[in-house]
Amino acid sequence: MFLENFFDINAIIYTYPLLLDGFLLTVKLVAVIVPAGIALGTILALIYALGGWFTKAGFILYVDTFRSLPPLVLLVFIFYGLPFLGIQLGSFASAVLALVLNGSSYYAEIVRAGIVAIPKGQWDAGRATGLTRFQTIVYIVLPQAVRNVVGPLLGNTLELTKATSICSVVALPEFLRTAQIAQSHVYNPTPLVFVALVYLILLWPLARLVSRLERGIATH
Amino acid sequence: MEQIQYYYFNLPIMRDALPTMLHGLGLTVLMALTTVAMGVGAGLLLAILRSYPSRWIRWPIICFVDVFRSLPQLVIIILIYFALPYAGIEFSPFWSTVLGLSLVLAAFAQESFWAGITATPRGQWEAATATGLSHTATVLFVVLPPAIKTSIPSLTNRIIAVTKGTALGSAVAVQELLAHAQSIQSVVANPSPLTLGALLYMAIFAPMVAFSRWLEWRYRWSR
Repeated sequence: MFLENFFDINAIIYTYPLLLDGFLLTVKLVAVIVPAGIALGTILALIYALGGWFTKAGFILYVDTFRSLPPLVLLVFIFYGLPFLGIQLGSFASAVLALVLNGSSYYAEIVRAGIVAIPKGQWDAGRATGLTRFQTIVYIVLPQAVRNVVGPLLGNTLELTKATSICSVVALPEFLRTAQIAQSHVYNPTPLVFVALVYLILLWPLARLVSRLERGIATH
Repeated sequence: MEQIQYYYFNLPIMRDALPTMLHGLGLTVLMALTTVAMGVGAGLLLAILRSYPSRWIRWPIICFVDVFRSLPQLVIIILIYFALPYAGIEFSPFWSTVLGLSLVLAAFAQESFWAGITATPRGQWEAATATGLSHTATVLFVVLPPAIKTSIPSLTNRIIAVTKGTALGSAVAVQELLAHAQSIQSVVANPSPLTLGALLYMAIFAPMVAFSRWLEWRYRWSR
């Protein structure tokens, strides 16, 4: 009875093509959102480090705004709200925009914290050898800063990967959405359990790695 | 410009929507508080249990933590709401969301507290045991107070991240803030209620984000 309901192999065989499409779309979402989020976040952190107080205030406004909005609220606003202005993005582009805005704010804050933790002497040394401020930050400060915050960066990547499941709410047929469709086809929760297991198997190693890296930093 | 004002900052529409939206906000706050109480409480309990030198306690806790750190919040909520009834276990939309988020917060809170506990120098444990305190007394009265203090910055960030997930309740028909914003928006054919919703979310979470920034700043300078 329990096995029949939650681990019905036939339900998976029957809905397999649908679930595979959903899985691939989730992979595609992650492959677009994570690099774009890291790139935008790093650029913002560089602007913070090189700019004056006005840019710094703008940075904090951006980061804190998108850290205090639930990503789903942002997504709903972009998907249902923007078309009134004639900006019709479609569910994939809306999802990417919402999660890049959300993810980049966290990445930016992490990289910023890494940059400000680098001792002032590194800046002075770079400038003394004739590098410009921009060259100093790109070639000397940033590489060290990133190495110190690899744990939090990976942690945020894990969170962002998990967050792609909210796109199911705007009818984007990603992994969770296809599981819900599959469930309604077979009148059986097995597809949902299957999708949860796939998430678990794929993300568990990343979660382990993140907690090891965070602990490693704590003991140094 | 006029269009932006009409569609996104339409004050008459916002004024009409406000009472219902405040109702939703109340439910959002209630969900968030219940989640924090249950999640942080369970996380603390798990961290205390994990300090006992028995692998039969430690391993299940580590498994629990890893599972709920790996699964997306919405997947957990959907499983509780749509799959558990097949096993005869039914939760209301409200409790499905709160329970799902509490499990996630418990896992992350356990990690924060545990990091604090393991940061306690070995000598403190030995000193407490030498004065005749039991393991339980050592953990509760000697190790835990400073450990909780160390864990506050990371715990605050986790609480913000997980309580923002209350918006996911709208996916299982909890009548919270986002659900109201969406339903009013579709009735009046104007997205101003969504703007109002976003502003209300910011009214709760922006102070918490600012507080966590201040905590981190203070923490850095107190070391």
